[in-house]
Amino acid sequence: MEALTKNVMEVDRRPMNFWEKIYLPAILKGMTITFRHMFKKKPTVQYPEKTRYFSPVFRGMHILNRDEEGRERCTACGLCAVACPAEAITMEAAERKPDEAHLYREEKYAARYEINMLRCIFCGLCEEACPKDAIYLSQTVTPADYARKNFIYTKNDLLIPDPVKDPEGFAKAKGIHQ
Amino acid sequence: MSEDLFKVTIDNITIDVPPGTTILQAARKIGGDVTPPAMCYYSKLKDSGGKCRTCLVEVSKGSEKDPRPMPKLVASCRTTVMDGMEVKNITSPKAMEARKGVVEFLLINHPLDCPICDQAGECDLQDLSYGHGNEGSRFEFQKRVFEKHDLGPYIQLHMTRCILCYRCVFVADQLTEKRQHGILDRGERAEIATYISKSLEHDFIGNVIDVCPVGALTDKTFRFKNRVWFTKPVDAHRDCDKCAGLVRLWLRGDEVFRVTVRRDEWGEVINTPEGKPAWICNECRFEKKKESDWIIEGPTHINRHSVIAQGHYEGLKMPNEFLPEVIGKKPRLFLNIHDVSEVNRPGIDLSLIEGPATSDDFENPKND
Repeated sequence: MEALTKNVMEVDRRPMNFWEKIYLPAILKGMTITFRHMFKKKPTVQYPEKTRYFSPVFRGMHILNRDEEGRERCTACGLCAVACPAEAITMEAAERKPDEAHLYREEKYAARYEINMLRCIFCGLCEEACPKDAIYLSQTVTPADYARKNFIYTKNDLLIPDPVKDPEGFAKAKGIHQ
Repeated sequence: MSEDLFKVTIDNITIDVPPGTTILQAARKIGGDVTPPAMCYYSKLKDSGGKCRTCLVEVSKGSEKDPRPMPKLVASCRTTVMDGMEVKNITSPKAMEARKGVVEFLLINHPLDCPICDQAGECDLQDLSYGHGNEGSRFEFQKRVFEKHDLGPYIQLHMTRCILCYRCVFVADQLTEKRQHGILDRGERAEIATYISKSLEHDFIGNVIDVCPVGALTDKTFRFKNRVWFTKPVDAHRDCDKCAGLVRLWLRGDEVFRVTVRRDEWGEVINTPEGKPAWICNECRFEKKKESDWIIEGPTHINRHSVIAQGHYEGLKMPNEFLPEVIGKKPRLFLNIHDVSEVNRPGIDLSLIEGPATSDDFENPKND
């Protein structure tokens, strides 16, 4: 029969000779390979003390941005949801009341905003679609969890800290994604 | 060719039309790309047209008897055809360039708040500026602002978005007996307003929402409830003693979010079987927000280039689920999304809230 690929190696099925039967040379050969690797550069890092460098274009966990006065930028226009190929984003909009002008940037805002992280494929199309600079994919990985229900991220999970009330938290979140 | 028909050539396509037809109507008979866009012209409203200048075309040959070209571009919605007329629309660089200029002028005072606007997705101005406009605007001054006018509990007016097409004024003039709103002031300060802030009370006044080519007049009962492209359009009817009752429902699940007239391919209201425009009354539009009020005929045909066509299936046949047959029971769900998600919860009917939802509706839901 013709081989499926060219990378096929014929298995040697001859009976083992004396040197092969005592195994020691093979073990020593294996140990030298192991020993040689001790002096090579390690590909792993000591996480979480050390973290790897993320490229500036890394697409990690989403954040919902605020403007410089701490108002939410999202106006629930639905463009991220319509751009999402995995249909992970859902939202419900509400009208801003006159006394809520310090909370929301525009007349309309997202009263509820959810991303189903089980569906998200981190393609970044929501970030590209957003006309209001409201959603960003930050340079943090999404934390692992044991239960599926913890992967439905609500607006509280996604919002960046307020730059007026919590400048440190905001700067930290900004520093990670910029 | 019979004697009483005029032969007119639009973009090298020849068609015979009766005398008195406008160039725009002749082009609509041909259909497709040669039809000039129209923002203010509405074939079912008398005297509409001639205001927005988006339908400008070049007439390269006046008629068989007088073959001189017309000196300037003409508004095709107001110019009637002559025998042997030759018209250039998309084949005329002059007309296309002029249309670009018109779009730029229309957008000068338009706020471009499409992310907030409820018309986004079915807005004629959006289509026009994507299809015919320039990429950017050169306008760097303050856009006009207006005092807020309240047009009653059903209609929301955003004057900043208005392009002064006068369609709503014609609806109020021709469909209702007494017009209570009109255009006040002149020039840049011209605006749609009601005299002494009267609310508009007439059974057919809701149709101003459907004729508005932009988001200046929108449905207050649908305001901010959902985006147009996430609701599913279906054709439906009911027995109504005021109107023909032929409507389009915009559904999400089995909630009726919005009721509009049925539109044809030019974005205008369709005719009833008797040949009259199928305008709908306010009761059908604003008060019948339950699926049980309507007899649903089937999904509306949506052009696949429209964003509304996303997730919209016509003639859909669901495949047979074989797994329950094989294992003898329904497969267990790992996660029922409604147990966790706050959005689209069954039991909360956004469509039944009057006016836009506010933080009160979300923080203390009444029917939770």
